[in-house]
This record gives sequence, C-alpha cells and structure tokens, in this order.
Amino acid sequence: MSVNHDDIKKIASLARLEIPEDQYAHYAGQLNRILEYMEKLNEVNTDDVAPMYNSLERTNVTRPDQVRPSLPQNEALKNAPLKGDGFFRVPKVVKK
Amino acid sequence: MTHPLDYNPEAIRAEHVSVRSRVEAYLKQIEQHKSLNAFIHVFAGSALKQADTLDDKIRQGTQTGKLAGMVIAVKDNIAVKDATLTCGSKMLENYISPYAATVIERLLAEDAIIIGKTNLDEFAMGSSNENSYFGAVKNPHDTGRVPGGSSGGSAVAVAAGMCDAALGSDTGGSIRQPASFTGTIGLKPGYGRVSRYGLVAFASSLDQIGVFSRTPSVAAQTLAVIAGADKRDSTCADEDVPDYHARLNPSMKDITLGIPEEYFQDGLDGDIRNGVRSLIDKMREAGARVREIALPMTEYAIAIYYIIATAEASSNLARFDGVRYGFRAEDPGDLNEMYAQTRAVGFGEEVRRRIMLGTYVLSAGYYDAYYRKALQVRRKLKEDFDNAFEHCDLIVSPTTPTPAFALGEKADDPLAMYLQDIYTVSANLAGIPAISVPAGTSNGLPYGMQLQAAPFNEQKLLNAAQFIHSLNLT
Repeated sequence: MSVNHDDIKKIASLARLEIPEDQYAHYAGQLNRILEYMEKLNEVNTDDVAPMYNSLERTNVTRPDQVRPSLPQNEALKNAPLKGDGFFRVPKVVKK
Repeated sequence: MTHPLDYNPEAIRAEHVSVRSRVEAYLKQIEQHKSLNAFIHVFAGSALKQADTLDDKIRQGTQTGKLAGMVIAVKDNIAVKDATLTCGSKMLENYISPYAATVIERLLAEDAIIIGKTNLDEFAMGSSNENSYFGAVKNPHDTGRVPGGSSGGSAVAVAAGMCDAALGSDTGGSIRQPASFTGTIGLKPGYGRVSRYGLVAFASSLDQIGVFSRTPSVAAQTLAVIAGADKRDSTCADEDVPDYHARLNPSMKDITLGIPEEYFQDGLDGDIRNGVRSLIDKMREAGARVREIALPMTEYAIAIYYIIATAEASSNLARFDGVRYGFRAEDPGDLNEMYAQTRAVGFGEEVRRRIMLGTYVLSAGYYDAYYRKALQVRRKLKEDFDNAFEHCDLIVSPTTPTPAFALGEKADDPLAMYLQDIYTVSANLAGIPAISVPAGTSNGLPYGMQLQAAPFNEQKLLNAAQFIHSLNLT
C-alpha cells in the first residue's frame, strides 16, 4: 500500500487540516516511509488474537447518575476566540 | 546525584530551613539557567506567597501536609487552575485553565509549592523537545545536545536544580528518555495508577503522569500523594496506594532480575551496554538473582506504538477546532475553512504529521490493515510481559540506545526520531510501570538503566532505584 497525491488530499480533508498542494509530495514521502516500516507487523500471525484497546481492560465503569456542579457559563466561555450572548460564535453556516 | 537544596521535610518542620528560602534559591537557579529554556512560565509571585503562608503555618505549629515545602515544576500539558496550559503549542498559547488536574489538587492539598510550567514537545509529541512552539530546551550537560522529550523541560528543571521534583507525562518514553539524557530519575507509573484528569490527552490508552526527581525518596513521596482512584477518571484503578516512601527498601535479596536479550542488540552504545551489564553484576553481588528472559515482540513495538499513538492522537486532537478555546485563524470563509486553517496554522509540523498518519490508519479501507493489526500484536506483546513476570520481578535494560544526541541531528528524519523510543514504548503498550535511574556516563553524557515491573509494582522499581542511587554512580 502506498499513499499518493489523492490520498493526502483525502486524509487532509478528513482531518480538517489545510495542506497546500505543493506539500502533498512531502507528506506522501514521509508517510510512505513510516508506513513501509509498519508493514513489519504483517510478519506476525494474529489469527484468533483479540485486539487489545487498553492494558487494564476494565469495562463499564459506572457512577451514580447525580447532578454535580460544573463550570459556570462565563468560565466555560472565557477561552473562546469569539463569543456573544452566552454562546460560542462561528462563521455563518447557513448559506443565503 | 545529590544537591545542596535536596528536600528534607524534617529540617523544614523544625524551622531550620524556611520554605521561602528554598523557593528563593530555586527561583535564582531558574533565572541563572534561563538559556536552557526549561520553563514556559515561572510562578515566582504565587510560589513565594504559598511559601510565606506555609512558613506561617509551621511557625504557628499548625499541622502541615506530607509534601510541605517540596518545590515542584509541572509539565505544561497538566492543568493548574488559572494558569496557562500551552502544551507547547501556538494552538493554546493564550489558554488559561479554568480548573486544576487531580494531581495538582492533591499536591497542593499536601502543601507542595508549584513553581512553574515546563517546556515540552508540542502536545507531548517528540523525543527531543525541539518541537515546542516556545523553542527547544537544551541539555545542561552539553547545551549543544537535546534533553530528550517530550518532558524535556521537566527533566532539565530537576537536573539543573531548579526544583525538587517535576511532573511529566509519558506516552511512549516521554519521562524515561529525558531522565536518561539528563541524569535524573524518571518514573512512569503503570496504567491506571495515577489520575489523568486535567492532563491534555495525547494517546489515551498509553498516557501516564509521572515524576522526575534527583532521589528515589522524593519520587516515592510524590507518587504516594498523586496515585490512587479518582472519580473524575474512570481509567484510574481503585487499587490501594502503599506508603512508597516508608517502604523504600534497597535490599536486592530475593529479587529476580530478568534480562531481555532483545534490549541489548545492535545499535546500542558500547559504553551503555557495558555500564548496564556491570550494574547488573553489582545488583547480583548484592543478592539479586539474574536470569535471561525473552520478549520476542520487542522488534514490533515501535510499529505498534506509532500506529496506536497517532490514531488516538488524531481523535483526541479533533477538539482543537478554533471554536471553544485556543487559536482561531483570521477571516475564514466558512466553518470548514475555519477548522482547516485554524489547525494548519495552530499545529506545528510533527503534530500535523501525526494527525495525518493517525487519520490514515483509522480511515475506511486501512483500519484493519494497520490499526486493528497493531491492537492484535499489542496483545501478543503484553503476553510477552505477562510470561516474563512469571519468572522475574524486574526487567532490566538500558533506557535508550544512545546518550543525548545533538540538537538538529534527527529533526529532519521522523522515523529515526521514532526509533529512539525502542526500549521505552513497550511499557506503555503493556500498561506496566517503569523507571529510568542514572547508571553512568558515556563520553561525559549521562545515561539511565530502565527497570520495568508488573502492574501496580511501583514499589519494586523505587526499591531498586534506591539501591542504584546508593552506589553513587554519577
């Protein structure tokens, strides 16, 4: 498997990262070199081996469903780059 | 390594040393070593204020906490309330944390003094501390060399005597590798030992908060305070926390050391190989049993690690979108352009590369070939360790294949940089605790011995560290 120009464009779009077209080759080269190294894993037989998502493998850690204090609205908005009327503000989403 | 300012709680409680004088002395060291670039923010005012309050308490005979007067620096990806939390990134350059991490609350409750926030590779991604938006950190043993990463600032703060201890985070070696490069002790607790609430997530199945110190005693005291269950982190285990400090025991009797041949292969510096071997002999002479063990999945550890770590990072870092906090690109056209431009400008090159790699290995058509495959081999690697710990208490090896490398040496070769982590990533993948302890020097540069133990056996690591520390090797 090898990453090409179109793959870089697609991954950048999925990751919401703007990458100028003149850098596609640079990224493809680096990613291919790293991915080629990772192909090493194909030497290992993993038939019937369950994936291990984390090492403690605890599941369903629950807590009582109780209302607890949380950040007040003004604190939660304090770091927002743009805010107004108690909301986060973003560029207009709905087109005319 | 000893230091005139080494932490002595009895002397503080007996008023032989004021907390203010210790904080002032450390602030002076920070000022003198400014060019090492270890700190992003120094809390001179608040640290002195905290010191005065504590000195008053001691004078009045009021009960003080277990870490009274211990001066601690904090990696700048761990939240201290009302302080910056930059993660070494332009993305969070002006972010002020509205809350404190659990570890910080626990340290403050025991009267530790927080002296500042330390420099790091951006979002803890790197092995050299050259990836910080705030500039590279320099190694105090040779300022032309890297201190290691990603917790390079914390390592240097401890190595150059700017604090008693420092918190770092370790996802694939980010505490142990800089500890090795700077001649400090670096402890990565096992997965679930310490709450990550308030640690900015990089790779959630691997990240752990841990401690740098000059002595095993300070590491033991600090771990005893920060470890233990936390309702705000469901991955933090409900396991008892022993009094690591009271139980520090340097005896090597009845301890079995496992030596994995896979950690002594080509590429290992000759001085490090010989130094670690001779230290193993000293441990044997002191009563330890030594046996060969096999960790055959070691050669796959880097590949597993960089698939899982980048996959988890690409997901965790999706939150930096310019909406709720952090940097936002100016004059974006629409919402999608705002996201893409914000992230392109806000993140540095290594972070962008890892997000791309992680997005790729998780994308439709490649998920099974890369991500799922890595998770399967991860289980086989974990089984290697389970088997090994049936036959030994500690797995002993070098921490890094070489001492500190030169600034810029590996900056243009991501894969060469990733291979630096060959001995350290397995502990994170298996979720076990590990420590790096200064073991000697190679051409004047320090290097560490790494010890790994079964889950929740941090005490064994600290005990062995205490034995090695008592040999005065460095």
